[in-house]
Amino acid sequence: MKSAWTMLGLTLLAASLAAAPARAGDTAEPPPPCEVPAYLLSTENALPKVTEAVKANRPLSVLVVGSRSSTILGNEPSAYPAKLQAALKEALPSATVDLSVELQGKSTAEDTAGTLVKLVEAKKPTLVIWQTGTVDAMRAIDPDDFRAAIHDGLAALRNAGTDVVLVNLQYSPRTETMISAPPYLDNMKVVATQLEVPLFDRFAIMKQWSDAGYFDLFSTSHGVDLAKKVHACLGRALAKFVIDAAHLGPVQQN
Amino acid sequence: MSSIADPIAGSPVAEAKAEAKAKAVAASPAITLPAAGERELRLDLFRGLALWLIFIDHLPTNLLTWLTIRNYGFSDATEIFIFISGYTAAFVYGRAMLEAGFLIATARILRRVWQIYVAHVFLFTIFLAEISYVATSFENPLYTEEMGIMDFLKQPDVTIVQALLLRFRPVNMDVLPLYIVLMLFLPLILWLMKWKPDVTLGLSVVLYAVTWQFDLYLSAYPNGFWAFNPFAWQLLFVFGAWCALGGARRMSRILSSNITMWICIAYLVAAFFVTLTWYVPQLGHIVPKVIEQWMYPINKTDLDVLRFAHFLALAALTVRFLPKDWPGLKSPWLRPLILCGQHSLEIFCLGVFLAFAGHFVLAEVSGGAVLHALISVAGILIMCGMAWIISWYKHSADKGASKKGAGGNADLAGGEA
Repeated sequence: MKSAWTMLGLTLLAASLAAAPARAGDTAEPPPPCEVPAYLLSTENALPKVTEAVKANRPLSVLVVGSRSSTILGNEPSAYPAKLQAALKEALPSATVDLSVELQGKSTAEDTAGTLVKLVEAKKPTLVIWQTGTVDAMRAIDPDDFRAAIHDGLAALRNAGTDVVLVNLQYSPRTETMISAPPYLDNMKVVATQLEVPLFDRFAIMKQWSDAGYFDLFSTSHGVDLAKKVHACLGRALAKFVIDAAHLGPVQQN
Repeated sequence: MSSIADPIAGSPVAEAKAEAKAKAVAASPAITLPAAGERELRLDLFRGLALWLIFIDHLPTNLLTWLTIRNYGFSDATEIFIFISGYTAAFVYGRAMLEAGFLIATARILRRVWQIYVAHVFLFTIFLAEISYVATSFENPLYTEEMGIMDFLKQPDVTIVQALLLRFRPVNMDVLPLYIVLMLFLPLILWLMKWKPDVTLGLSVVLYAVTWQFDLYLSAYPNGFWAFNPFAWQLLFVFGAWCALGGARRMSRILSSNITMWICIAYLVAAFFVTLTWYVPQLGHIVPKVIEQWMYPINKTDLDVLRFAHFLALAALTVRFLPKDWPGLKSPWLRPLILCGQHSLEIFCLGVFLAFAGHFVLAEVSGGAVLHALISVAGILIMCGMAWIISWYKHSADKGASKKGAGGNADLAGGEA
């Protein structure tokens, strides 16, 4: 509902949003469609290696590097990396999609950046999905240091010859009074723009879902169901994002 | 407000006041205080506004968030708050320093610092209660990672001591520690201002530049840094003080020039369009990439020059178009804002508390946009009600207890500093 208002405000400001779905809270009942506004899934930055590999019918090898929010403990097959792989396979039926996950639970961006080159040398991925920022925000790392670390990590990956997609923090309303996400979100956006790396805005997307009433992210439920649903949607959205960034044709997209 | 700030009049000092003032002014022509007369309601008004906006910004995004100035430019309510705090502090304690001397003024400032410190600790206690509750009731597998932030609850001994040392500050509790540090240095600032205001402002600019050059900061616990870097934010506070002590008057020619006005308008419009691109990414292309790369990130921690300039432009236009004697300032519609501004410490703390409470309600009751907006409005109403009660205490309930005359100088500057 809130998003309807937000959208309304934005539409008034920019007619270009006219096509955006301004839906009210009446979507609570049907299964979550986890729709994402187009602007959150489109990027100006390309993934040339991915495009090349798919067009040449070479296997597409994806490496997800992330912290604990890249998995659901005990339910790895339901976490977003596995869902991403499934969605990519579905969208690119002729391609082979390999995917591996490298979890670095308590590493800051700086810690991880140092390991990226070795990882790439070992696994030779076409595409690295780098999810980061949460640990840094929780430890309140100096945003300048954080920005430098992201910059170094992305540059190293580029030099190593892979494509990169950067994934930012989760939207976590319950911990909003304790974790200050904005500086880290901003810096990731800045570096991604600078280095022309596609940024998957997980925070904005999850916030959008919460505002639209698809998911109750405030929920205190101890069950794993919500996590599974959210990850399934994230995986699908991320697949769309990758396909769009790699310009793999509107045929597969929807 | 006199109960917390300064009983200047009514003390033995008051009798010698006129004489001392004459002497002091003669001895230090460097600074001039505005004539004691009517209360400067514009300060109260904008401080009240800043308090409302800070409260709204501390709540999760909602309908009212779209009314806050940070959505329309670089600076936000924090700049207004710190500037006006510098202005009123210099006004109240600057007068005290001229009339009663350095020692007395320092003593009063330190008492004020103590009050702010106690308020901060009080808020921390409430915060601790809130998150302890969240930590025990919340175990969503989606957020296993984020819940790690509660780990500090495992070491309350260290955490609480660090909080008392102002090194452990939860999100949204950064303004008061900044204020405490700035006020601690106020005696020094005023003493320098008494000597040469322009040099003092110059030194402040130098400190700001050095901070940017050498990356000075205060560290926080368990790691990280202060979210508002006092070495940088002092510039706004000192600038406020400088304006209060005659700077504003000396700048009046610049402020009333049309060139200034157009520069300010142009800058504000440009800032508005840049801000617009944050919310409407489709418009991203209107900002050339070169400018984007030069401009970002706009650093709040170190009070980015772009933010400072944005505040200056806003302030310049406000001073120009909202005269001191604007009749609207006396209108009952603006009364609630002005009352809030007159009791800023209490209302600020109340706002932080209400923001915590608002988060809590939103987390417990899943409601839509209407509930979000309702919480914001209710919070503002509570702030107004509290401000009214405080001023009632001051004017009616406490009247017999304190023999202070209504003309206490602290009142004139916009209440407490």
